[in-house]
Amino acid sequence: MSNRVIQAMYNDDDILMDAVKEVRAANHHIAEVYTPFPVHGLDKAMGLKGTRIAITAFLYGCVGFSFSIWMMNYMMIEQWPQDIGGKPSFSFFLNMPAFVPIMFELSVFFAAHLMVITFYMRSRLWPFKEAENPDPRTTDDMFVMEVTVEGNEEELVSFLEKTGTVEIKVTEKHN
Amino acid sequence: MSSHYEAPIRRPLIVGDKSYHDITVEVAAPIEGKANKLWWTAFTIALLAFLWGLGSIMYTIGTGIGVWGLNKTVGWAWDITNFVWWVGIGHAGTLISAVLLLFRQKWRMGINRSAEAMTIFSVVQAGLFPVIHMGRVWNAHFVLPIPNQFGTLWTNFNSPLLWDVFAISTYLSVSLVFWWTGLLPDFAMLRDRAVKPFQKKIYSLVSFGWTGRAKDWQRFEEVSLVLAGLATPLVLSVHTIVSFDFATSVIPGWHTTIFPPYFVAGAVFSGFAMVNTLLIIMRKVSNLEAYITVQHIELMNIVIMITGSIVGCAYITELFIAWYSGVEYEQYAFLNRATGPYWWAYLLMMSCNVFSPQFMWSKKLRTSIMFSFFISIVVNIGMWFERFVIIVTSLHRDYLPSSWTMFSPTFVDIGIYVGTIGFFFVLFLLYARTFPVIAQAEVKSILKSSGENYKKLRDTNHE
Repeated sequence: MSNRVIQAMYNDDDILMDAVKEVRAANHHIAEVYTPFPVHGLDKAMGLKGTRIAITAFLYGCVGFSFSIWMMNYMMIEQWPQDIGGKPSFSFFLNMPAFVPIMFELSVFFAAHLMVITFYMRSRLWPFKEAENPDPRTTDDMFVMEVTVEGNEEELVSFLEKTGTVEIKVTEKHN
Repeated sequence: MSSHYEAPIRRPLIVGDKSYHDITVEVAAPIEGKANKLWWTAFTIALLAFLWGLGSIMYTIGTGIGVWGLNKTVGWAWDITNFVWWVGIGHAGTLISAVLLLFRQKWRMGINRSAEAMTIFSVVQAGLFPVIHMGRVWNAHFVLPIPNQFGTLWTNFNSPLLWDVFAISTYLSVSLVFWWTGLLPDFAMLRDRAVKPFQKKIYSLVSFGWTGRAKDWQRFEEVSLVLAGLATPLVLSVHTIVSFDFATSVIPGWHTTIFPPYFVAGAVFSGFAMVNTLLIIMRKVSNLEAYITVQHIELMNIVIMITGSIVGCAYITELFIAWYSGVEYEQYAFLNRATGPYWWAYLLMMSCNVFSPQFMWSKKLRTSIMFSFFISIVVNIGMWFERFVIIVTSLHRDYLPSSWTMFSPTFVDIGIYVGTIGFFFVLFLLYARTFPVIAQAEVKSILKSSGENYKKLRDTNHE
């Protein structure tokens, strides 16, 4: 596999979608697509698998829920049971109704924060991370499709030119 | 084009002949341009108010809570009123960004960024009051269940005040993360446009290296949806728990089961009013009238009208239940509220919150920008008085008539309140000059379905 990629630029999301479908149909490999805003259906057209990040959120929520139960049981019932306002802390289930708000809050806290941290890790986003978009216009109004060069390069360029691209660049792969 | 279909009857959410690049330029313009005189004047006033408030806070901490107008009978007054008022205002942002996302309301996209900013800034103000009210603020970390020198002395998880600590901190931190994740693509846009090296550095730092890969967008949309799903019950829980601070007590006038839904409706009501106050000015000053249209203002007015009416129903239900309960203490608390020495506050609350939103039934009034601005201020005043009425009138005449008294604020009470308003506007004015105030990436994604030019093009093609 060669290291060269062709960057085809588009100035419209509908033209990009058609181009992605054409390139896929012609059995070329789309390395990446950069867009300035979420283009609906692009992930399916590119053949990307669905994301499992919602499942992680559910699991993190379960962790938060269990942690809150463990924490309040340990602090209120086991370690130092006190009689506050005539309501003694004898057993978890007698006190449980008072624990519901914090069980809920901690479930949400864990689910939301850990899911976002997972997203940042998986998508390699953090402070001081250098941006890797091939052209600054991809955050404005340009859409870039990167196609890996396999076989005849000129043939691929002329094929892409027919998909409605406004600019074509052939570069070495950056990573 | 066919994939961007939207019913022709829907009015455009983006007015004028806009392209994707126009949106970029117009959202970036207030940040790239220079601040005008008006901004500096507003900023100076806000900063002075903030400094005045800071001085009042330092005086309170240095001398003690005794410098406030509180007394033996009325132990909660301005501070908690302000706390609940600010938390309530902080409800609209998450409601707009989360609940309207779940309901697939596209009009949220023009206003969600600023509404969320408002949420975060106002929850910061709200958080100040309980912390100052502790008296010894340097012990504020005692509200968290952290191991301490007493070894096994933990916080009291039976207390609604502690639930509040958890609810508000979860709400603030989750809102912040929701806001920032949505900001990444827009910061990236500013980064890629920045010419000055310092600006480029700052926006690179805050955009976390966002590049807009297809996989990132897929995850981004899923994360937004799940965060919206989590934030929706969260936002309802926050004011529910704030209302528990009162409802779980045994004070007549506070001890009512209607409080949670009533407080949540009131919070949404005041929050939307504050969004209207801020955005009516911002759309003008920052030239964003094409994105924050009269339709946006009208829809927010409808929400204000509905939630105002819910609040009105709650007021009347409270009165009815107090009478119907047959409990004389409960009956007296409400009779005293309406006809006692604080009747004027009650009247102000009723007229601002129940009467004034009813004007919004008229299409002419709710599409009038000046009138909407006026009503939004009236609602904010009314909702402050609602909390004052609930808190002070329930306390000032307690079970023991010999301790009945009145409450009057000192200059310190007023100073801290004015200070938080100043602090809020300092933050909001700085935000308006440095942040992308419109979620431009999201707005671009609805341009073809809801943009005026594209809608017109589609309609003429169909005919």
